[in-house]
Amino acid sequence: MSTLTKQTLSHLDWLEAEAIHILREVAGQCSNPVLLFSGGKDSICLLRLAEKAFRPGRFPFPLMHIDTGHNYKEVTDFRDKRAAELGERLIVRSVEDSMARGTVVLKHADESRNKHQSVTLLEAIEEFGFDACIGGARRDEEKARAKERIMSFRDEFGQWDPKNQRPELWNLYNARSHKGENIRAFPISNWTELDVWQYIQREQLELPSIYFAHVRPVVRKNGLLQPVTELTPARPGDKVEDVQVRFRTVGDITCTAPVESDADTVEKILAETATTTITERGATRMDDQTSEASMEQRKKEGYF
Amino acid sequence: MSAPEQLPEIDNGLLRFLTCGSVDDGKSTLIGRLLFDSKTILADTLNAIEKTSAKRGMSAVDLSLLTDGLQAEREQGITIDVAYRYFSTGRRKYIIADAPGHEQYTRNMVTAASTANLAIILVDARKGVLTQTRRHSYLASLVGIPHLLVAVNKMDLVDYDQAVFERIKADYLAFADKLGIKDVRFIPISALAGDMIVDRGDRLSWYDGPTLLDILENAPAAHTEQAEDFRFPVQFVCRPQDSANPELHDYRGFMGRVESGEIAVGDAVTVLPSGATSKVRRIEIGGVPLERAIHEQSVALLLEDEIDISRGDLIVKSAEAPEPVKQIDATVCWLAEAPLSPARTYLVRHTTREVKAKLARIDYRLDVNTLEHEAATGLAMNDIARVTLKLAQPIVADRYAGNRATGAFIIIDESTNNTVGAGMIG
Repeated sequence: MSTLTKQTLSHLDWLEAEAIHILREVAGQCSNPVLLFSGGKDSICLLRLAEKAFRPGRFPFPLMHIDTGHNYKEVTDFRDKRAAELGERLIVRSVEDSMARGTVVLKHADESRNKHQSVTLLEAIEEFGFDACIGGARRDEEKARAKERIMSFRDEFGQWDPKNQRPELWNLYNARSHKGENIRAFPISNWTELDVWQYIQREQLELPSIYFAHVRPVVRKNGLLQPVTELTPARPGDKVEDVQVRFRTVGDITCTAPVESDADTVEKILAETATTTITERGATRMDDQTSEASMEQRKKEGYF
Repeated sequence: MSAPEQLPEIDNGLLRFLTCGSVDDGKSTLIGRLLFDSKTILADTLNAIEKTSAKRGMSAVDLSLLTDGLQAEREQGITIDVAYRYFSTGRRKYIIADAPGHEQYTRNMVTAASTANLAIILVDARKGVLTQTRRHSYLASLVGIPHLLVAVNKMDLVDYDQAVFERIKADYLAFADKLGIKDVRFIPISALAGDMIVDRGDRLSWYDGPTLLDILENAPAAHTEQAEDFRFPVQFVCRPQDSANPELHDYRGFMGRVESGEIAVGDAVTVLPSGATSKVRRIEIGGVPLERAIHEQSVALLLEDEIDISRGDLIVKSAEAPEPVKQIDATVCWLAEAPLSPARTYLVRHTTREVKAKLARIDYRLDVNTLEHEAATGLAMNDIARVTLKLAQPIVADRYAGNRATGAFIIIDESTNNTVGAGMIG
């Protein structure tokens, strides 16, 4: 192999350039896309990438959050603040509205609303006629995602068929869909959790405070820390402890667990992430532990 | 001309590589070993595969379980689609495209190869060079992967015998020459025992070359070391016309990715297919100016003159302008279950341009096992053929061998919007 080396991009610059390219392909190919913004770290990266892709213009899509009504206030406050700073339109649609309409029916009052986001998302897609949803999912998060396309096709029912995916070659993305169908676009597919934190550090991105170490009452259950909140109160017999924790993902309160950590800066989180021994979803997601294939099952049903 | 502080920071970048081999070659074990030895596998993942290994009655942890993603595959025990894996050594980030080696999945191998710059071709030391070794090598060279690494695996099962390795190497070189494969290296390994992957081990002392990971760490990250012509397909035109900011009223940013070559402020450019010319006034990322942009950077170009430019146009340096064409000769891989119909009109996506296309003729179909040419009147899934396509509007293309980005296209069936074919011009 030749010893001559042509100048190439650093890995973070390469990932950034790829994500910008994908965002512009969505804007160029789809007539009515939307960017899903939860206030979480992955979608915070997406917003910076969208700035790099489209400024000084406005984003060619609104932002949308599907709110389970069970999100940490620090995160929803941050979501609203960030959208206002960017001067972009934020749409919020709520799982509680779907419950009121009767389209989401919980098996029991305590059931996590997390998987029911799919219903509200599909209702919002129909309401606004979105033909593409841009999301911050990454292939390294979970096994079923490793084969997900960057432009992933969903049928009229929002379903993903893992055996019938469009081949995706070179960087020639096919985001075409017929009316009623939908494309899910994942610009940071090729990023790992470490890449995300490195990007947050490099771009000095602001995050909701619960990503950083803080003291919180928790109960230890099944090897996970369950936060004690109004929604998830301690049960009789539970031993409540005050523990220094941080959240690695900030989803629905009922199914997102913090990890023990004293990392209170991005630098310390990076050091921790580089040496961590538990995968991101494994440490924090109670809904993925159910069975080896649970994410695949939810995706087939229209989950993000 | 160039301002060094504006250039991207150099680390050893990112390498995308492909692994090919069949279920029995130990491909999944090799990937598992790379992830495991580079400490990329985390405790809970390992815990899950330990449980599964035990459930299947295995004595040791089966590293191949790490890469079996979907339920259907786990049930069938074969990899049926391309999966992407990630690991990082601190020096470099890697993206592995894991392509199944199964006979009917030529299309997956082509898909995985399309974004890779290096291919690891696994050969079972006991079996030597097989038909599928030739097929994988041919497909890798067809899709233009510049570096091939033949890993002779399962050396533990042939007593780490150097003569076995040398015989396989000689067999491989005999046919590689016929395929025009230039950059090929050989390495003896045992993925199961971990010899010569990340650590050298002590059973292959007769081999004095670098370990497999060393080869990956030092392989060139760029697709080609040649200087390439500047190619910039326009993806999106930014016209803010923000009344609050009168300075932006005339702003026109042509947004895209530098697919090859590089561009600097002041360079003379031509817009194709119109042929209009201008000079680069500004280069920006997110509104922040740069002096120049290199291969693979996503930027916005602002020109000195007001020219009508839209998505699908190609900006090139005026001295390097290719000719628009309305007919292309190409090697096509058919990807869809529904066969190609010579009577139908399809859509060709080339860079950011979409044009209607019809088959003019099929020169021949290629048998990927024997490399013999066969007469054909249609194409079925996994067929590879030399064809000529007529286009409704011109495209501005290069030969694939000279430029991957402007030499490649996909074929879309408008009735389903499925991607049904992949083509390489030239």
